[in-house]
Amino acid sequence: MEEIVARHRGRPGPLIPILDEVQTELGWLPRWAMIAVARGLDVPVADVYGVASFYSFFRLSPPGRTRVQVCMGTACYVRGSQQILDALERKLGIKAGDTTADRRFSLESVRCVGACSLAPVIVTGEDCHAKMTTAKLDKMLDACDP
Amino acid sequence: MSEVAQEKQDLPAIERCHVLICAGAACVASGAMEVEAAMKSKISALNLEAEVSLFDTGCVGTCDLGPVVIVYPEGTFYVKLKPADAEEIVTEHLLKGRVVQRLLSKDADHVEVPSIFEHPFFAKQKRIALRNLGVINPESIDEYIAVGGYASLGKVLEMTQDEVIKLVLDSGLRGRGGAGFPTGRKWAFAKAVEADQKYVIINGDEGDPGAFMDRSVLEGDPHSVIEGLAIAGYAIGATQGYAYVRAEYPLAIKRLQIAIDQAREYGLLGKGIFGKFDFDLEIRKGAGAFVCGEETALMRSIEGMRGQPRPKPPFPAVSGLWGKPTIINNVETLANVPAIIQNGPFWYSSFGTETSKGTKVFALAGNINNTGLIEVPFGTTLREVVFEIGGGIPNGKEFKAVQAGGPSGGCIPASLLDIPLDYESLQKAGAIVGSGGLIVMDSDTCMVDVARFFLEFTVDESCGQCTPCREGTKRMLEILTKITKGRGTLEDITKLETLAKAITQTSLCQLGITAPNPVLSTLRYFRDEYLAHVVDKTCPAKVCRELITFDILPDKCTGCTICARNCPTHAISGERKQAHVIDQSACIKCGECLVRCKFDAVVKV
Ligand SMILES: Cc1cc2nc3c(=O)[nH]c(=O)nc-3n(C[C@H](O)[C@H](O)[C@H](O)COP(=O)(O)O)c2cc1C
Ligand code: SF4
Ligand code: SF4
Ligand code: SF4
Ligand code: FES
Ligand code: FES
Repeated sequence: MEEIVARHRGRPGPLIPILDEVQTELGWLPRWAMIAVARGLDVPVADVYGVASFYSFFRLSPPGRTRVQVCMGTACYVRGSQQILDALERKLGIKAGDTTADRRFSLESVRCVGACSLAPVIVTGEDCHAKMTTAKLDKMLDACDP
Repeated sequence: MSEVAQEKQDLPAIERCHVLICAGAACVASGAMEVEAAMKSKISALNLEAEVSLFDTGCVGTCDLGPVVIVYPEGTFYVKLKPADAEEIVTEHLLKGRVVQRLLSKDADHVEVPSIFEHPFFAKQKRIALRNLGVINPESIDEYIAVGGYASLGKVLEMTQDEVIKLVLDSGLRGRGGAGFPTGRKWAFAKAVEADQKYVIINGDEGDPGAFMDRSVLEGDPHSVIEGLAIAGYAIGATQGYAYVRAEYPLAIKRLQIAIDQAREYGLLGKGIFGKFDFDLEIRKGAGAFVCGEETALMRSIEGMRGQPRPKPPFPAVSGLWGKPTIINNVETLANVPAIIQNGPFWYSSFGTETSKGTKVFALAGNINNTGLIEVPFGTTLREVVFEIGGGIPNGKEFKAVQAGGPSGGCIPASLLDIPLDYESLQKAGAIVGSGGLIVMDSDTCMVDVARFFLEFTVDESCGQCTPCREGTKRMLEILTKITKGRGTLEDITKLETLAKAITQTSLCQLGITAPNPVLSTLRYFRDEYLAHVVDKTCPAKVCRELITFDILPDKCTGCTICARNCPTHAISGERKQAHVIDQSACIKCGECLVRCKFDAVVKV
């Protein structure tokens, strides 16, 4: 933590790059980490929290082992991504934005991952699943967390 | 034959063929890396390394055909490859010189297309911003230099700043990020301001969901964007640049970083570029807020604050990043710049229309046969784009409309298919060029639901600073949701129009000002669909759940039981080999039975 902050201190506009690195390290931004960043940069904790909560990229609760991101961009939407998101919510028993109780999956809806030609698209971890259908969901979930 | 000979001369050393594999995001998602690995190992197993070179390239444009491979000099264009296919290409084509017919792409009549040069998808295109995608390896600065890269920067450093600005002005280049502001004029403003420090910024936030040209350019030709930015920096007198790229694009960030490092190593970034100019560049990741694509919000985000727009003036050219004169240009805008310098402004302005010069990249997506990236001269008609380049609408469905310009834009109905795609014509039709996202919608799309979708987007993405945008869009969304549930009234339609006006007139930034556009344009062209929802309580496209029911046609149902096994609420019953029935009180209208039934026995009514 201290090392990350130290590396960016003095550079212009360090807060977002620092939060990005902390999140890469921890997987999310716990309160204690934001407090440490605020101390390190000598800025109010409220400022750090304000920035972290503004950007959807920053996670303020711990994600599940596999993050399932359903693209709800326009191209995916007109090709049926709503039906897929609904089906996932039912299968996992959670709403978009939540994590399953066993912490295996967190479900997110995202706005365009830039693979619109392959719509509808789901991203799990680093993998991009193209031309998804509800029929392919079980296999996809099994493959990411056997 | 002579052309082939010429091509061959351009290839390095004695290599017999040049194999390019698309490593754009879509192709990677379709398995391009596995195909590449299979090809590589086969090539080395057959000891062909000396004669054949294989490398990655950026998005070729035909993303739904991925993974794709092009074999030069012939330009043989192989599509939808599996690793085993790749091995066959090596043993047949590369070793024995026999084209593998079954892996070639096919035209609309299912006839194999022998080479990429004859492919109908490319015939009407003019690729300037995309000139190097599918041609060079984006991770190699040497290849970029081999096709004339960084020569424009060298040339510019021999000119005065005013000469550079005049050249860009003469080309007629306008910003490709949405507003279409003349790039040369923007540069002239920033040049005119005296300051000890100025900045230039690449806007790679690409917020329009459904547009992916900036991603593809950054992934496929990052050096052209860096070179464009360095030229902008020289023209206005900036020594530091930032590239703001959204975090959702990790491959673009990676390739851009590689390109920056290579350029530094070659002395094309850093101190004393060509002995004349200091300029450096740093990447900042966009952290997932659509509004940060707006220039004042973007600068605040780089400064490390919440990305909320501020009123203009002062314009960034006068007071931008850390209060210093700053210009922000879109990725595609900048990618055009080196080509304009290289070929001259009048070459560029010879493409396009009177007021919209040059070419524009469009992302074709949605319900269209050939999805992907295309670049055409301004003035090309929508019909040419959708039906000639895009190959029309799949599954025998009818074209309904195209959404141009994303959440700030509007739809263009079938009656306007002959509209020329340029800034003015689109604006007149109630849409915008925007970033160039074209989402094609077929007869199965409900326009009221699409309008609701965009409003939901704006409500999510409003930064919340001003009331009309924050509250007004919420009110509009509530009304639209009500209409899609069949609970709307005629008065609601009037209310939508009143709210739209108020939001447009009183919002601070373009996000709010343009937010009502999708509603206004669907009301303009598809009012009857709104009326059907409100008056008849029906959804003509059969999308809005509250207004439809699912039914099983007994004479078509074979009793295969697939639907019943997949229905999440067990609403379907029936004996094996007997017609099944849906218990409407248990049905949640998820549509699962419809997509699963192989006998077209399930219908929406
Ligand atoms: C809400 C909003 C989002 C925007 N998003 C982008 C974007 O993602 N990419 C972009 O280049 N411009 C975007 N713009 C336009 C920029 O504010 C700016 O006009 C543009 O980057 C200038 O570059 P150009 O002159 O080369 O087009 C957006 C504008 C608004 C109001
Ligand atoms: S119009 Fe909307 S997005 Fe723009 S500043 Fe106001 S609240 Fe924020
Ligand atoms: S899937 Fe189709 S054919 Fe099979 S039982 Fe259901 S409705 Fe009948
Ligand atoms: S629409 Fe969904 S809930 Fe209704 S019968 Fe079909 S599968 Fe079951
Ligand atoms: S809209 Fe889903 S990837 Fe672009
Ligand atoms: S990503 Fe390969 S063609 Fe677009």
